[in-house]
Amino acid sequence: MNRSVPLLFLNVFVVATCGLIYELLAGTLASYVLGDSVTQFSIIIGLYLFAMGVGSWLSRFVENDLAERFIDIELAVAILGGVSAPLLFFAFANVSFFSVVLYGMVFGIGALVGLEIPLLMRILKDELDFKELVARVLALDYVGALVASILFPIFLVPTLGLVRTSLVFGILNGIVGLWGTWLLTPLLKPGKIVFLRIKGVFVITLLVIGAIKADSLTVLAEESLFQETIIHAQSSRYQRIVVTRGRTGFSLFLNGNLQFSSFDEYRYHEALVHPAMIAFEGEPKRVLVLGGGDGLAVREILKYPSVEHVTLVDLDPAITSLATDLPVLAELNKRSLKDKRVTVVNSDAYVWLDRTDASGFDVAIIDFPDPNNFALGKLYSTRFYKMLRAKLRPDSTVGIQSTSPLYARNSYWCIVETLEASGFKVKPYQTTVPSFGIWGYVLAKGSEFERPKEIPAEIPLAFLDKDSMAGMFDFPVDTSRPDNELEINRLDNQALVRYYEAEWRRFE
Amino acid sequence: MFTRREILRAFLGLPVALAACKSSSRTNAIDGRIVGASNEIGHILRDRRKFEVPVDRWTDVDTVIVGGGIAGLSAAWSLKRKGFNDFLLLELEERAGGTSASGSSDLTAYPWGAHYLPVPFAQNTELVELLDEMRLIESKDEAGELIIPEQYLTRDPEERIYHKGRWYEGLYLYAGASEEDLRQYNAFYSEVGKWINWRDPEGRRAFTVPVSSCSTDAEVTALDKISFAQWLADKGFSSERLEWYCDYACRDDYGRTLSQTSAWAGLFYFCSRVPAAGEESQSFITFPEGNGRFVDHFVSRIKKNLQGSSLVAEVIPGEEGAEVVYIDTKTKQARGIRAKNVIYSAPMFTAGYLIRGFNDSPPFAAAEFRHNSWFVANLFLKERPKNRFERDFPLSWDNVLYESPSLGYVTATHQKGIDYGPTVLTYYYPMAEEDTRLGMQKLLSLDWKELSDICLADLERAHENIREATERIDIMRWGHAMISPKTGFIWGGEREKAMKPFRNIRFAHSDLSGIAIFEEAFHHGLRAASEIEKTG
Repeated sequence: MNRSVPLLFLNVFVVATCGLIYELLAGTLASYVLGDSVTQFSIIIGLYLFAMGVGSWLSRFVENDLAERFIDIELAVAILGGVSAPLLFFAFANVSFFSVVLYGMVFGIGALVGLEIPLLMRILKDELDFKELVARVLALDYVGALVASILFPIFLVPTLGLVRTSLVFGILNGIVGLWGTWLLTPLLKPGKIVFLRIKGVFVITLLVIGAIKADSLTVLAEESLFQETIIHAQSSRYQRIVVTRGRTGFSLFLNGNLQFSSFDEYRYHEALVHPAMIAFEGEPKRVLVLGGGDGLAVREILKYPSVEHVTLVDLDPAITSLATDLPVLAELNKRSLKDKRVTVVNSDAYVWLDRTDASGFDVAIIDFPDPNNFALGKLYSTRFYKMLRAKLRPDSTVGIQSTSPLYARNSYWCIVETLEASGFKVKPYQTTVPSFGIWGYVLAKGSEFERPKEIPAEIPLAFLDKDSMAGMFDFPVDTSRPDNELEINRLDNQALVRYYEAEWRRFE
Repeated sequence: MFTRREILRAFLGLPVALAACKSSSRTNAIDGRIVGASNEIGHILRDRRKFEVPVDRWTDVDTVIVGGGIAGLSAAWSLKRKGFNDFLLLELEERAGGTSASGSSDLTAYPWGAHYLPVPFAQNTELVELLDEMRLIESKDEAGELIIPEQYLTRDPEERIYHKGRWYEGLYLYAGASEEDLRQYNAFYSEVGKWINWRDPEGRRAFTVPVSSCSTDAEVTALDKISFAQWLADKGFSSERLEWYCDYACRDDYGRTLSQTSAWAGLFYFCSRVPAAGEESQSFITFPEGNGRFVDHFVSRIKKNLQGSSLVAEVIPGEEGAEVVYIDTKTKQARGIRAKNVIYSAPMFTAGYLIRGFNDSPPFAAAEFRHNSWFVANLFLKERPKNRFERDFPLSWDNVLYESPSLGYVTATHQKGIDYGPTVLTYYYPMAEEDTRLGMQKLLSLDWKELSDICLADLERAHENIREATERIDIMRWGHAMISPKTGFIWGGEREKAMKPFRNIRFAHSDLSGIAIFEEAFHHGLRAASEIEKTG
């Protein structure tokens, strides 16, 4: 037994490291999916420490077979801690009582970890003086915590991610447990050793399988998606909204799809809004924005002093609220949605167009997410564009975001041809938005028209000028209208969703 | 009395019954009731009571139409269109419509029965006139076929099918189909294709709408002498998926199973709406309220000639016309009408009960016109039914469960483009008992709680949140829903007999086609109306 004492101290160190890793995992994961990291970390640290206290107190009820109980507990921590991150991701996606699972998990792991140190101290008490014992065990415990807290953000999360970190430390924990069956052999009943080893091997095997399969676990999707720190996350009735911050600014994701990055969104929004505003003959007064709940397109529209009224129709009140309430976003959109010229309507644009009496808009800007599902696909259909036309004047102009003509060439040109089939004359154009790549738009009008040429001098722009705007209307060979015949996107065929799915699937 | 498990087992099979009985039947928080279809009132007539009508409660009308389903409404619409005003349509229910009835909530209208019309071919000129009047035709293509505005055609995603935990696109279960399954599926469609392209010496199609335009060639009518199940077996088809697919087709259109449907009727489903072999079947015209849109249109045109809550008790043919005795179900008073003509557009099996002298020398065997029973439930949901897997095929217009004897549900908000939040689902369940009377008895013996539990237990296997999401379930029990095209019925001779007038009474109903679809009821309504115009 004496010989293995130093090794048992190594054991304390590993146990302490693993314990803190599980705590950090839970905290990160909770702030990750629930947002509000201060609250989440605070509650999880508090709950975890409390649970450790409960565990320590419970250790007094363990009277006999200390070594055996200790190994059992280590294996239990291994399995619970090891599956914690994948299980929590899964729970978040699939159950309504996620917080119960989260806090239950944190409490369970905390209590088990709390049992470990008192038991180990009792196992070692005959080998060392009390003062030596306390000094060494606690010192190693805290060193383990330090190592964990440094490794976690610098090495583990960036390279392994949450799910694999969780599984790897579970495996490590399991190995320590299994190793314990040798270190503590003298203290174990001979008949029990084999059984404990089988348990240990079983736990490790289970976690190794989990680690190998981790790639295919769909729960990993969100984790690997965001490379940057999440500063806001919420699930609205309609979608999952995540805002991240990185070195170049911040980004908004809806259902995991990038909507804009603050570093180059001005390129996207200037290109979306100004051609339509300029192509309108006369001074645009009444503007309709469909989608665009982030308020960034409205920011561009409000640069025109002639604009008297903007109606913005966006499905999700969570987005339009975020646009005014999230400081970084409100600053970026210059509080455009709070402007008294702006009316915000939260409705599905299709349903709104079908029912509204509003009409006579000079310019319409359409800024919907890409058509990656049927509910969005209807917003790019002939029926939709015909309803829109009925709300416009004969000389109104429309600017439409139309996905990438490079990544989704058929999809882009399907939108162009659907607009043509709906009675619009079109001028397709494209530009580069680094966050997105080559991006496509369509400028449309009810009657024949010329490309917009002059940009009014009083409109402050960071990206577009006369020459760059002229260049947008030329399509290089790899993005030009394809030779194959394209289907028109109608409600009863939703051809666009099918093109889009086929084309973007290549990049997944 | 039956236990909950026995009822669920009888309607949905044992596994669902066991699964549902493990979870609690949380219907307590769900509101709802049995609506419409005055079964009790109608059944008064079986007692053959005689009603005395006082002298001052008789009126004179040129033509009385008995029954305000699609056939009766179409006859009325047709008379009105020709400038004929002296007619009265008597309908048992407060509102006309028959099995094309619909309801509405603050959110959306929804169907109580029939809910789509395949786009007719241009040659069905009568129906084209109706669609034109309803402004449902955008234009015509080069071949003269109709182009319907897209908002009236079924919006994609149209159909999905649930099998072993997942939803897939379409109605044929491709997922997991073996090579042999697919071979049989293709072989089936090439058989169907042969019949689509088949023409008799006079150039008539084997299967087309209306049935009266179909070929009467013995080669085709012979198909009515065997069941669809027999036909599939004779052709060597044994794939479970194919059988399911054909069985679903029979249940969907006729409320009957594969073995209860004649092969002629089965092939009619697959052939009559396809222009030529290999081409797409005609698209469906549909509305949130289903065929209620047509009912409302008819009613708007003939409002003054329509009288609801009127139970026709007896039709007494005379030398110069007929007397119609009816009971105003609100005042319970008996009233009489002396008419020159009667268009009898109630189900044919009632003729023996209502027409005096009918049974003395029956012009046709009324009892052979057997109707089957259905129940239709409208579920009012506060949120969308959840799929078990996020990447499953999304909520569609028509949502079918592979393992269920029900027909699944249709989403009422689908055509309105409302893709989020509350919705109304219309759930269909045909009583496919061999003996249709047993099916009806079984259906009428169940109350709201039992029927709504069947519907929820069925949908729960696909949507875990269905009980939480549902706020209200209203249920319609259609005791006599539609004619059963059983083997030997369509070309057995009874239909032809019933198409001839009985004294001054002309029959008009989809029963006379043996196929209960809008087009057939419409056709017979117009036929009866034109016969009156000729004689009048």
